[in-house]
Amino acid sequence: MSMPYYVAPEQVMKDRADYARKGIARGRSLVATQFADGIAIVAENPSTTLRKVSEIYDRIAFAGVGKYNEFDQLRIAGVRAADLKGFSYSREDVDARSLGNQYAQILGQVFTHEMKPMEVEILVAEVGLTSADDQFFHILYDGTVMDEDRFTVLGGDADAISNRLEETWAPELDLQAVLAVAVAALAGPDRSLDATDLEVAVLDRGAQRRAFRRIERSELPDFLPKN
Amino acid sequence: MPFFNPSEDPGPDFAALAKMQGLGPVAPSANVDERLSITHATTVVAIRYADGVVMAGDRRATSGHIISHRAIEKVFPADRHSGVAIAGAAGPAMEMVKLFQLQLEHYEKVEGSQLSLEGKANQLGQMVRNNLPAAMQGLAVVPIFAGFDTRRATGRLFQYDITGGRYEESNFATSGSGGSLAGSVVKMRFREGLTRDDAVDLAITALFEAADEDSATGGPDMVRGIYPVIATITSDGFERVDDADIAQRFVGLLDALSSLDGGGRLPETSTETFGGAR
Repeated sequence: MSMPYYVAPEQVMKDRADYARKGIARGRSLVATQFADGIAIVAENPSTTLRKVSEIYDRIAFAGVGKYNEFDQLRIAGVRAADLKGFSYSREDVDARSLGNQYAQILGQVFTHEMKPMEVEILVAEVGLTSADDQFFHILYDGTVMDEDRFTVLGGDADAISNRLEETWAPELDLQAVLAVAVAALAGPDRSLDATDLEVAVLDRGAQRRAFRRIERSELPDFLPKN
Repeated sequence: MPFFNPSEDPGPDFAALAKMQGLGPVAPSANVDERLSITHATTVVAIRYADGVVMAGDRRATSGHIISHRAIEKVFPADRHSGVAIAGAAGPAMEMVKLFQLQLEHYEKVEGSQLSLEGKANQLGQMVRNNLPAAMQGLAVVPIFAGFDTRRATGRLFQYDITGGRYEESNFATSGSGGSLAGSVVKMRFREGLTRDDAVDLAITALFEAADEDSATGGPDMVRGIYPVIATITSDGFERVDDADIAQRFVGLLDALSSLDGGGRLPETSTETFGGAR
């Protein structure tokens, strides 16, 4: 008779976490940062059709790194949750904190109960009326939520990019300046990124209603530093 | 947070999603209008002009013979390049507009691209058709839909009937109790390539004449400063015409009408036939 193997729970969790982290590390990273007029999200993404950054609600954006089909499924669920909430209550009642917590519940649930964890790291960002009210909820593959300020980096290379940003970032930069800082941090010392490698969107603090605006690739060179 | 199996996924359809979550509309089982006095919204009109379309609606809502609201709005942006104007039972109509706006936004967010103008018009047609059971119980809603078709670079208009029939009109569209009166005025004066000024003035005249004949349509309320809602939709998007501008145009219209021969329009009735004061 064969004995079932005993695997310690610590080992199970560690294996799952390693699996998820490896999946995430294969993709490219993404930076979200405050600037003078709102929040800018800059992703390294050569595709113009498969988006990493998108609109969830009036003042809320979503960004994901890792496995595309998994974070896109999360994105759509977020749009649905937000639109349903705004429809049955009021548009004012839709907020990033609640969405972030729902995402955390789902990712946590999948991490412990499903065959495999989701290989994603996501961000729910909400632009406030003042920069002090901006919110970044950075959620990991296992449901860990981090409430960050100023800027946040998602992806396998996050630590190195964060360190580079820490040195160059300043509050109240204009869009052009903040893009220069974010792109340089994403690229690192040995590479350079141009418009064809990037996906950029902003949440405009002064917008009347829908604050999300994509900076299309065709207009992107106007905002990037000239080499 | 709603998740679905691929076979049950409602896709970008918000109305289907809302229904699955138990938020869909429920048609009453008996005729509501016979038992209760339902608030109705009346005359709306849309006219195509050189740069796009102009949409206009009066501000009156009635319940039977009572004016239940003097300042309701019947013209709304549907999204950036289209608008919807409503006539019929006010409650379900407002709900339909809210759902329609959300439907377009939801599609755009889920799919990452906008519906075509025709797709939007068909969507609204489906919503009107879904309202048919409620319409049979006295809660009819008959909207008009207009927008700037960015792919064809022209303004387009759509009229509906109570069954959800969708009819594209080439020059103008109307709905509501004063709709045919307003439509006659527009029909007489419409010509190809109207300027924005002329189109707005024509909409104002049409609403004024409709209000003159139809008790359920409100005229300009100069005392309270309540004027029709008028909006233009062009390549620049949906834009409300300023109230002060509309007030000014009404003053112009009234001046023109009262300076007609004989110091005004023909008196509608004369007390002299009754042998009154001599």
